[in-house]
Amino acid sequence: MARVKFLCDADRCIECNACVTACKNEHEVPWGINRRRVVTINDGKPGERSVSMACMHCTDAPCAAVCPVSCFYTTADGVVLHSKDLCIGCGYCFYACPFGAPQYPKVGNFGSRGKMDKCTYCAGGPEADSTPAEYAKYGANRLAEGKLPICAEMCSTKSLLAGDGAIIAEIYKERVMKRGYGSGMWGWKTAYADSPTG
Amino acid sequence: MPSSLSNLRALCAAIALLFAFAHPAAAQLSFKPTAEAVQEDKLLNALKEGDKITGRISIPDSMASSLIQPAGRDWRDFQRSKLPIIGGVAILGMLVLLAVFLMMRGRIRVDHGFSGTKILRFASFERFTHWLTASCFIVLALSGLNISFGRVLILPLFGAGAFATMSGYAKIAHDYLAFPFMLGLVIMFLIWIKDNIPGKIDWQWIKQGGGILSNGKHPPARRFNAGQKGIFWIVIIGGALMSVSGWFLLFPYLPANVTALQFWTVIHAVIAMLFIAAMLAHIYIGSVGMEGAFDAMGTGEVDLNWAKEHHSLWVAEEQAKGRAPSGSDTRAVPAE
Repeated sequence: MARVKFLCDADRCIECNACVTACKNEHEVPWGINRRRVVTINDGKPGERSVSMACMHCTDAPCAAVCPVSCFYTTADGVVLHSKDLCIGCGYCFYACPFGAPQYPKVGNFGSRGKMDKCTYCAGGPEADSTPAEYAKYGANRLAEGKLPICAEMCSTKSLLAGDGAIIAEIYKERVMKRGYGSGMWGWKTAYADSPTG
Repeated sequence: MPSSLSNLRALCAAIALLFAFAHPAAAQLSFKPTAEAVQEDKLLNALKEGDKITGRISIPDSMASSLIQPAGRDWRDFQRSKLPIIGGVAILGMLVLLAVFLMMRGRIRVDHGFSGTKILRFASFERFTHWLTASCFIVLALSGLNISFGRVLILPLFGAGAFATMSGYAKIAHDYLAFPFMLGLVIMFLIWIKDNIPGKIDWQWIKQGGGILSNGKHPPARRFNAGQKGIFWIVIIGGALMSVSGWFLLFPYLPANVTALQFWTVIHAVIAMLFIAAMLAHIYIGSVGMEGAFDAMGTGEVDLNWAKEHHSLWVAEEQAKGRAPSGSDTRAVPAE
């Protein structure tokens, strides 16, 4: 089985936010929730770069480690998913996540955040694949249909890559070699520790 | 026609010439994408503790502008490695201490026996306030401990579904009982502050160890002795810290900053463990540990001999005000 990952080549990202829009559309993500977002660093200054960021589906995921009800699980492909039936909306995963991936449907005061929502790598949730119940809670399950995440599939500059971690890392390295520069595989060190291929 | 064609050729040549001349200037201005490009490694290495890589974002959620916050790892390490040690040492350590104390000292008896005469120690409103706060505290403590340790201790017993349902209700209870708890704290502070100002007499009590370790020796005390004053201030200061930190967790959009929220969860958890340990000692001495003590918060009336032994000056004050029986018990001697 492949170990799937995301890789954003920041030297190619043009901050069009199409990945954000495609994600919201594909999964009918409610208002206020952004499973993916584009952050621009050094905005307006020389060397400005934009990075598209969502759940990085970490190895030894911090969210899973701190969840008080243990609602997270990792699939055979290395995708980190969670059960909204078990989630109590405590917010712990948000505190622990290095990438700000966990989102909550309510701008919750009195602790009423609602069930956590995050990027599923277009792989749904614990419900049976491609069922209406799964779609309602987690959105489309493209992986079950043999497709890759929509955000990477439609990225116009092929900045955002999804797929087998070893292969996309190789593609990125080839690009860096050919053009002679690269601002790094954003988040990889934090998400996959020091074993970027692991 | 031929002339217009030659004109076009001349124009093209002129344009080409223009580009040829312009080229050196263009090369000077050419943008080098590598020169000052932000490098993730550099940004990460430059981060100070608790810092994060942030940028500009077009969605209206300021918290989403944080790109990478490595501090999440430290927070995870605190939750999973440090907090169980802090909580374990504080709570289990206190239980062991209390068990050893009970074995060595036994139950602290009323030295002169019960007189049968009662004196009012806590009026009904004081008892109501105490039990309002206490009952909220017990639910808050149990539901809070469930968040920290339930996954390890209870989940394997209940199974994932039942445990998540129970934890969901526990969380709701935790969020809403915080408010009557805070109300109780405020009232307790207002009604008991006047009896809890530290004074010279407390120093004497502390020097004698409160008479806890020796039978029949009771340092004098007013309404609250130094130990009880200590519990009062632990509750007030600990409760205030719990309230402030909990307030930010209840209203996460108040700080709207994940680093601040991490800080407040750590404060909330550490103070909670110490608070629970201190309250175990309070519960012990008010029930099993000391004969006659529970009546103070039970019926509100304590035995006169108990009161004379533990709060000699207070009994004298109450008697002087005519609010207490003079104590017909002939055996009753002023303690110390």
